[in-house]
Amino acid sequence: MFASLISHDPKMLNEKKPDEIIATGVLESLQNFLRKCVIAVLSYGPMPKHVAFIMDGNRRYAKSRSIKEGTGHRVGFSALMASLLYCYEMGVKYITVYAFSIDNFKRDPTEVQTLMELMEEKINELLENKNVINKVNCKINFWGNLDMLTEPVRVAAQKLMASTAQNTGLVFSVCMPYNSTSEIANAVNELCKERKDMIQGQHAGSCNSQTANGGTRSDISVADLDRHMYTAGCPDPDIVIRTSGETRLSNFLLWQTTFSHLQNPDPLWPEFSWRHLVWAILQYQRVYPYIEQNKTLAKKQL
Amino acid sequence: MSLPSRIIKLTLGLLWCIIHVVISLFNLCSHLMFNLECYLISSGLLRKYRNLQLSRVKCLAIVVDSREAKNTVKINQLLCWLKTLGVKYVCLYDIDGVLKKFFEPSMNSSRDDNSGDDLDVCANIKALDSSHREMTLECISGSDGKEGIAKAANLLCSTSLNGDRYTHESVKTESVFTETDMASALKSVGCGGPEPDLLLVYGPARCHLGFPAWRLRYTEIMHMGPLKSMKYGAVVKAFYNFSKKYQNYGK
Repeated sequence: MFASLISHDPKMLNEKKPDEIIATGVLESLQNFLRKCVIAVLSYGPMPKHVAFIMDGNRRYAKSRSIKEGTGHRVGFSALMASLLYCYEMGVKYITVYAFSIDNFKRDPTEVQTLMELMEEKINELLENKNVINKVNCKINFWGNLDMLTEPVRVAAQKLMASTAQNTGLVFSVCMPYNSTSEIANAVNELCKERKDMIQGQHAGSCNSQTANGGTRSDISVADLDRHMYTAGCPDPDIVIRTSGETRLSNFLLWQTTFSHLQNPDPLWPEFSWRHLVWAILQYQRVYPYIEQNKTLAKKQL
Repeated sequence: MSLPSRIIKLTLGLLWCIIHVVISLFNLCSHLMFNLECYLISSGLLRKYRNLQLSRVKCLAIVVDSREAKNTVKINQLLCWLKTLGVKYVCLYDIDGVLKKFFEPSMNSSRDDNSGDDLDVCANIKALDSSHREMTLECISGSDGKEGIAKAANLLCSTSLNGDRYTHESVKTESVFTETDMASALKSVGCGGPEPDLLLVYGPARCHLGFPAWRLRYTEIMHMGPLKSMKYGAVVKAFYNFSKKYQNYGK
């Protein structure tokens, strides 16, 4: 599935002997079977519907392995595709990733350029391998201030969003370039524009300007702002995982994470693997009763 | 449900319970080790935790589960510890406003006493005097979070719409609010306040429970466990771990 997007070294594959290939195939089948067993046991308990990732640690990974920063980001992308596959297998319906913060534009221009090129390359790969997306009926969102992206990236992102808009399966949302405070400001702007248009409509439709100006207008509510967030229509994240052990949210989904379980595992993002995801879900299951109780109390108070 | 599928379900359930029991046992062991470490920190036996540098903690936030927040003895004890450690500004938060109600009477009396002094924009602030150090205390609740942002949005929109009403142009100019505008509006509606450098979560889970978004952007969030089992050593350790943090702020 998405694994096809993870680049393999063709030379390595050609050098393998037939016996080795069969052994690898048997090993992979065994791994798949064991993975399914573990998922079956995990699924006895509550499973998260929406998992969000702050993919931190690509540069540190590259530094620790003495490779280029760009390569660190590429390995990070492979880890992302693998994590998507594992989340999909576990029945997670919504996956959101913090791919690029608005603050990241402050980085070295060469690095920003490398990241933009990587994003463009991967988005175009997804556009070309449509059968892969269609297999999981994946809807892809790009949340953020897309005007800040370079034109090729923005055009590719909009094209991918449009081509997957009707899909009803896995929802994969990529936040780039994104800030929670920018998202909230954007929602306020949209709401204000909506109100202005409503008033203009009332004014145009009414022959008595006094009636239009004196018409009742309700105060903006939290629900009104919810409707205009990028995440409208998506449930709030159940788990937010920030890799590399950092404990801050760095302006990510601050509005949506009231009752999200915040986790900060030590591995760097390229090292994040299936067992870390299993551990994350086990931790979530342990606090699930508390979180659900809080959500129920909050709903009652509304 | 057929018998084989019932057996499979029961087996899965049993395995699931066994996994969680094993995790609980590991957690118990690590909790005991942690308690021992806290004891050693409190007694001053661990050198690295002596002479804490708190200059980077200009504002500390505490998020407490609302049910646990009713334990005001523990809250006061925690505040005493923080005063002793030299924390200058503490922001207490619980989603239901239990802490606000508890501290409100004493805040109102101190506001009356200080009626001649300059009042902070946020009306939930009180200065706690101690014989050695002064600590500013702020109490906020869920109504200062999302609802505060809604109030600020209301203020911005009303100002913009009222401005439009007095123009005679039929084509309205699009006023675009920036994050700076939102920050100013939040301050105007009484939901401003400093961004905490460190946030300690007291409760069963590491959740910020709706702490105001505008003040949580780059805050380090640390989970301290339930309030009833809070330890002085754990607070010291949290400050020590914070002192080792380094932020790029996106760079």
